This record gives sequence, structure tokens and C-alpha cells, in this order.
Amino acid sequence: MSGDLITEITVFVLAVFVGFEVISKVPTMLHTPLMSGTNAIHGIVLLGGLIVVGAEGADTLSKIAGTVAVAFGTINIVGGFLVTDRMLEMFKGRKKPGEKPGEKDAP
Amino acid sequence: MIVGSFLRDIDFINSAYLVASVLFILGIRGLSHPRTARQGNILASIGMLIAVVATLLHPDVENYGLIAVGIAIGAVIGAVSARAVKMTAMPQMVALFNGVGGGAVALVALSEYHELIPEPGEIPLETLLPTLLACVIGAVSFSGSLIAFAKLQELMTGRPIVFPGNQFVNGALVLGIVGLIFYLATGEESEGLFVLMLCAALVFGVLLIIPVGGADMPVVISMLNAFTGLSAAGAGFVLDNNSLIIAGSLVGSSGTLLTILMGRAMNRSLSNVLFSAFGSAVAAGPAGEAETRPVKDVTPADVATMLAYADKVIVVPGYGLAVAQAQHSVRELADELEKRGVEVNYAIHPVAGRMPGHMNVLLAEADVPYDALKEMDEINPDFPQTDVALVIGANDVTNPAARSNESSPIYGMPILDVDKAHQVVVLKRSMNPGFAGIENELYYGENTVMLFGDAKDSVTKLVGEVKTA
Repeated sequence: MSGDLITEITVFVLAVFVGFEVISKVPTMLHTPLMSGTNAIHGIVLLGGLIVVGAEGADTLSKIAGTVAVAFGTINIVGGFLVTDRMLEMFKGRKKPGEKPGEKDAP
Repeated sequence: MIVGSFLRDIDFINSAYLVASVLFILGIRGLSHPRTARQGNILASIGMLIAVVATLLHPDVENYGLIAVGIAIGAVIGAVSARAVKMTAMPQMVALFNGVGGGAVALVALSEYHELIPEPGEIPLETLLPTLLACVIGAVSFSGSLIAFAKLQELMTGRPIVFPGNQFVNGALVLGIVGLIFYLATGEESEGLFVLMLCAALVFGVLLIIPVGGADMPVVISMLNAFTGLSAAGAGFVLDNNSLIIAGSLVGSSGTLLTILMGRAMNRSLSNVLFSAFGSAVAAGPAGEAETRPVKDVTPADVATMLAYADKVIVVPGYGLAVAQAQHSVRELADELEKRGVEVNYAIHPVAGRMPGHMNVLLAEADVPYDALKEMDEINPDFPQTDVALVIGANDVTNPAARSNESSPIYGMPILDVDKAHQVVVLKRSMNPGFAGIENELYYGENTVMLFGDAKDSVTKLVGEVKTA
């Protein structure tokens, strides 16, 4: 696997720009869910753990380090997405008169 | 590998990564409004599932036993902690998650280096350099986040810890780490030095965060979030994996942006937060003339009357509200007032609480509708037309000295213009100065009264009094 470095740098730089663009639109109100959500997204490092520990012929050190990395990444992903969902569920708009509780607010 | 050869095709896997990356971006875009946020989170999680499954199909991934063990352990820990964590403890949780992510990156980098060493020929620089950088940044994020966690969880003091010469030690560590990176990158293959570099990075992470005080945690957590993201992107360069690069840089830019926003909200640069040990010396400062000035002390009944006959009330919550777990009582009070036709809004300073947006989550948990949560710039013009501003557990972010007193350490920090309300009511445990140890001019204002006591007790009393007012 010899990746094309310039292509990778291109991807990186463009992703940073997209990131700034999208994240600057997140209101202050949702910054905590944003952080826990990005916690879940950096759990993507799980993929690295999978490649390390799943490789044929990984030795003991790689197996131990890789398994711990897999566990860590999974904690991030599972914990991050669940706790973000738990938080976002609590954000509710003002109930309009006559509207039943739990109903979504009109756009 | 003959089985499902199509699914194990690299192009197929890379296409799946592309879909996953798009879903991450759409997911974060969903967070631009509370209405679409939950759906966004679900989109991102679907993206993650796709990325993980695609990697499991990768031809280089052949041993599934340990993978299953790791995933099972991680899933149980993640699910249990996500359900059990209290909303007041979210900053600790996020700090811990940052650390765990950084640790995972450092471990992946360590094993990659370990695997590459015995291979014949030199390791190409385009693999080697990101391995070294990802390892260092991941390790700093890991140990730094654990310290941030320990401070927030109060396993250790939240006050800055400084020792003589710590700047010098930090400087020496940075030079040492940079030197090792350079040495290892120029082709010297040594696992011992790699581990030494890793250990130095871990120590540096600890020393970087221990001088930071509790009130500066919003900045630090955001910064560590950026570190973890960047290190994950670095791991993407090591493994030639675009989904890691994209996801890592999204998180990196999110953390960077939040660090900038938080620093701006405190009118402080990142280096000032990290290196000035804000609030360590001032806290024990001399008892100046300020403390002997009289304040107007009132009873809950007095405050209840002010509130009940007001038209417009703004609640100004701070970390003290979270500590006292008073958010539910505050919501009850607002309900009672709204029944009487009083308009109640909440003014949220960007650094209220211990992490970005913390106060909003606590109030949302107490069923406060999100439309009532106002950002600083939005609500500041409303204070002059407000009958009562009710300050609960907020201190420095309401101090008018930040606007007027050039000698104040917080001069220039954007604040909530609470003092411009017709009447200010401050709920406070005692006259002790806030975390930064700065006297709050607000308390001595003409239009300010103080209601002393535990925030939750006081608010509960107010609810009772308003009912009978």
C-alpha cells in the first residue's frame, strides 16, 4: 500500500476547509453535543486498530496494542454516538399553545 | 479471500469510505439546528458503521478473534458510560473520550512502527513522519486528557499546579521530542528511541495541563479535542486511509474552531491559558477595600415579589448552578413565572460551565425549551429593558469591571451586561470571590441585591414564594 502523498494531503486540506465551513454553522447551544459527536467520529481510529490486529502474522506487541486500540476506538464510537443522542433528545422547542407535549415544533 | 472477492475489493472498500465520509459531513451539518441535530448524529453513526464493516472486509484484515474481543469490551464500556453519565459530568466524559481516542492513535502508531522496523529497506518518509507525529500528538492528547479528566472529576485539585522551572522543563521536553522525531525521521531505526519519544510525549501532556485552572477547561478540552482529531488524521497518512484522514481533519477543525471561540470569549490567547496559571496567585490575594463595602442582602420573599410582578426576567446561569444541581428548580421557577405572564429567557455566556455549550445541555435536560436559551450577543441588547436579571452561580462573566476597569485581569473579556437590568438579583453561596479570585463589581451596584445560600435551596424557596405572591 503505497499511497499517493500529494493526493492524501489534498484530501486532508480540503477536509479541513469543509470542517471549518460546516462546524462554523453549529450554534453555541449545541457545542457540547458537537464535541461528544466529534469524540465519536475520531473513534474512526478503530479502523487503524482493526488493520493492526487483523493482520496475518501480527506479533504479541501488535496484538496487545492493536486490541487495546480497537477497544478504545469502540468506546469512542459507541459511547460518543449514544451520549450525543441522549443529549440531543433533550433539546426541545417551545410548545405552541394547543400542541401536545412531545410533538415537534413547527419549522 | 476467495469468498466475497468483490466485497474485499479495494475499490469497493474505498467507495464505502467515501460514503462514510460524506455521512460524517452531513451528520455534522445536521448539528446546525436542534431540530435536525439528532438525525445528523444518526447519519454520522451510520457512516461509522459503514467504515467499520468495510475495514473488516479489507484483504489485510484476517484475524477476527482479537477484534471481536476488543470491540466487545469497548462496546460494553462505551454503552454503559454513555447511559450512566450525568449531564453535569459531560466535560469529564468528553475529556476521557478525547484521551481514549488519542491513546488509540498512539498505540496504532507504535504497532505500525514496530511492524515496519524488521522489514528490509528504509521506511519511506511519507509513512515514517506521520507515524512519529501521530504517536506524539496522540500521546500528548492521551495523558493531557486524563489530567483534565482528573481535574474535572475532582480526583485532583482543580487549581493550577505550578512548580519552579516548569516552563523550562516543558521547553526541554519539546526540544527533546522534536529532536527525537528529527533523528528517527532521518532514517535511524530504533524502537527504544521511539518508545522514549512516546514516554516524553506522555510526560509533556501531563505537564502541559496541570498548570491550567478549572475555569479554563473549556479552552483546554477543545484543544485536546483538536489534538486527538489531528492525530487520527496522521494515522490516516500512516495507513493510507482516506476515511481516517477526512474524519480526523473534521474533528481537528472542530476542536480548533472551538478553541478559538472559547479563547475569544475569555479574551485570552491559548498560550495565556496554558502558561499563565490564571487564578493561582490572585486567589490568596490581599483583602482589599472592596470586601468591606456593603452589599444589599434580601430574603426570598423580597425576590419573589420582584419576580412575580416583573414583565421580563432573564436568568443568568453559571457553573454554580450545575454544582448545586439547581437546573430543575430553575425550570420550575420559570414555569411559575410564565403562568403569571412573565417572559423568562436565559442568557448563556459562551464559557459558562466547564465546556463549550455545557449550560445549554443542563437546561435542556431540565426541559427548558431551546428557543429560550439566548447567546450573549443576542441577549445583551435586552438587558436595559429587563425588569429582573437573576444571576445563579455565574460570576466573572457578569463582572462589569471587564468593560470599565483597565486594571482588572479580566478587562476586555466580553461579558453579559447584567448590570444594565433594572434590578439585579444575585444568588450566591457567600461573598467568596469567584474562581479567578476577582472581586465582582456587580455585587456592589445600586440596583443589585444579594440572596445568599445554596442555589438549589434558594430557587426552591423562590418557587414557593412566587406561588403565594
